[in-house]
Amino acid sequence: MTAALRCVIVRDLLLAARRSSDVLTVLLFFVIVVSLFPLGVGPEPALLRTIAPGVIWVAALLASMLALQRMFASDHADGTLEQMLLGATPLGITVAAKVFAHWVTSGLPLVLISPVLALQFDFPQELLGVLALSLALGTPVLSLIGAIGAALTLGLRGGGALLSLLVLPLYVPVLIIGAGASEAAASGLGGHAQLLLLGALLVFAWAFAPWATAVALRISVE
Amino acid sequence: MNWGSLDNFLAMGGYAFYVWGSYLVTLGLVLAEIVLLALRKRSALARLRLHGTAAQGGR
Amino acid sequence: MNWFKYSSPQTFFSLAGKLAAWFGVLAAIACGLGLYLGFFVAPTDAQQGEAYRIIFIHVPAAWMSMFLYLVMAFWAGLGLAFNTRLSGMMASAIAPTGALFTFLALWTGSLWGKPTWGTWWVWDARLTSELILLFLYFGFMALQAAIDDPRRADKAGAVLALVGVVNIPIIYFSVKWWNTLHQGASVSLTKAPTMAATMLTGMAVMACGFWFYSIAAALMRARCIMLERERASEWVVEYARGSA
Repeated sequence: MTAALRCVIVRDLLLAARRSSDVLTVLLFFVIVVSLFPLGVGPEPALLRTIAPGVIWVAALLASMLALQRMFASDHADGTLEQMLLGATPLGITVAAKVFAHWVTSGLPLVLISPVLALQFDFPQELLGVLALSLALGTPVLSLIGAIGAALTLGLRGGGALLSLLVLPLYVPVLIIGAGASEAAASGLGGHAQLLLLGALLVFAWAFAPWATAVALRISVE
Repeated sequence: MNWGSLDNFLAMGGYAFYVWGSYLVTLGLVLAEIVLLALRKRSALARLRLHGTAAQGGR
Repeated sequence: MNWFKYSSPQTFFSLAGKLAAWFGVLAAIACGLGLYLGFFVAPTDAQQGEAYRIIFIHVPAAWMSMFLYLVMAFWAGLGLAFNTRLSGMMASAIAPTGALFTFLALWTGSLWGKPTWGTWWVWDARLTSELILLFLYFGFMALQAAIDDPRRADKAGAVLALVGVVNIPIIYFSVKWWNTLHQGASVSLTKAPTMAATMLTGMAVMACGFWFYSIAAALMRARCIMLERERASEWVVEYARGSA
């Protein structure tokens, strides 16, 4: 089973490496969206410091959603997905592996670059860790929940917009708790409660989302 | 609750816009739903009469 | 009595028609009674004046919006588990009515908020959760609309509805928490005025009325769905010719 996991993860990472532009465009989207907010609300530092965690989180949500489409699309197009459905490995395991690889290529870069962007907003340096940690815990949850949406909308017209409509309401708790962690830390209360909640969400999503995604994949492919 | 006069009832203590705005929209949308359903049924029946047992299922 | 015969669209169709008519009548009676209680029995509120009378729509609509989502998810789940066509049709039939009540809850909430809290929209925990519930309904309807094959649409919608049902408590909790954390300068949002018994009764009767209405509307819509989907069946064509 671990062999199957490793195999799928390595394969997906290799494929992503060959199509590195896919990964980079999502990252670039994230950076650009974050930069748009000061242009929209004005450069006043106190305001930017307040909205920084929220802005970065919303941008992470949107960037993560952009990347969702390619989770299953290319495998579906060339028939690999059907082989995975027919294969011996439980589909839930395969899905978990794919989601993990997807997170490494779309979520992890966001986590790593977020401190830089937060500094642009004059976010206090000592709080950068909380922000990055909240994203590190939150972006996998986004990938897991998003996988369900990606599986449900596989091959449908209306693709990206439909996927957003389905998935964004489900993202709301993650957004609230994730952004809340940095805001709580900034106001002196400490973000521990939120971070622990994010951890709980992650465990919960990790346990159930791959299975729901597998069910959705079977529905979409048959 | 004794309103006294029709005018008092319609004025709703100055909140006529809000109260009637709520109730009328509710009534309007509910009626719209019923009408739309009636229309939907009619067009479904018309299509059935036209095409008989079309072999394709679907919407 | 053999209930299972009603799991076939053909037998259910005529039952649904009769039930819809009955529930429609009951809804009209209940709403009439509720409105009478609301406008002619319940007294004026000390703090909010007559503006509070919106509550007789707002609260029942909100209750229905949540209740209908649960019922929708129930039927969808049943259809997914037992592969019954009719269950999926019921779920699809309920969705638009549920969305309607969600919108009405938001609309009346907004109109209630303006005179009482001074603003058209407040990011209060319940209004915000209600807004997200509206998005969940729209998502369900959009997903089903985007899928041509009705069986796939039913099952995909079912997965979405079930994921949504699991999420609703999480969403509500997180929004409530977010709201209390950020309460700050916002006005302490009182729920309803302290309820006179008549107000509570009026709300309860209206809620019954809305519930009967929802049943009637959902059954009517389910009949339309059956007419559209079961095109290939003889009984449907017979019925169409018969009702010319």
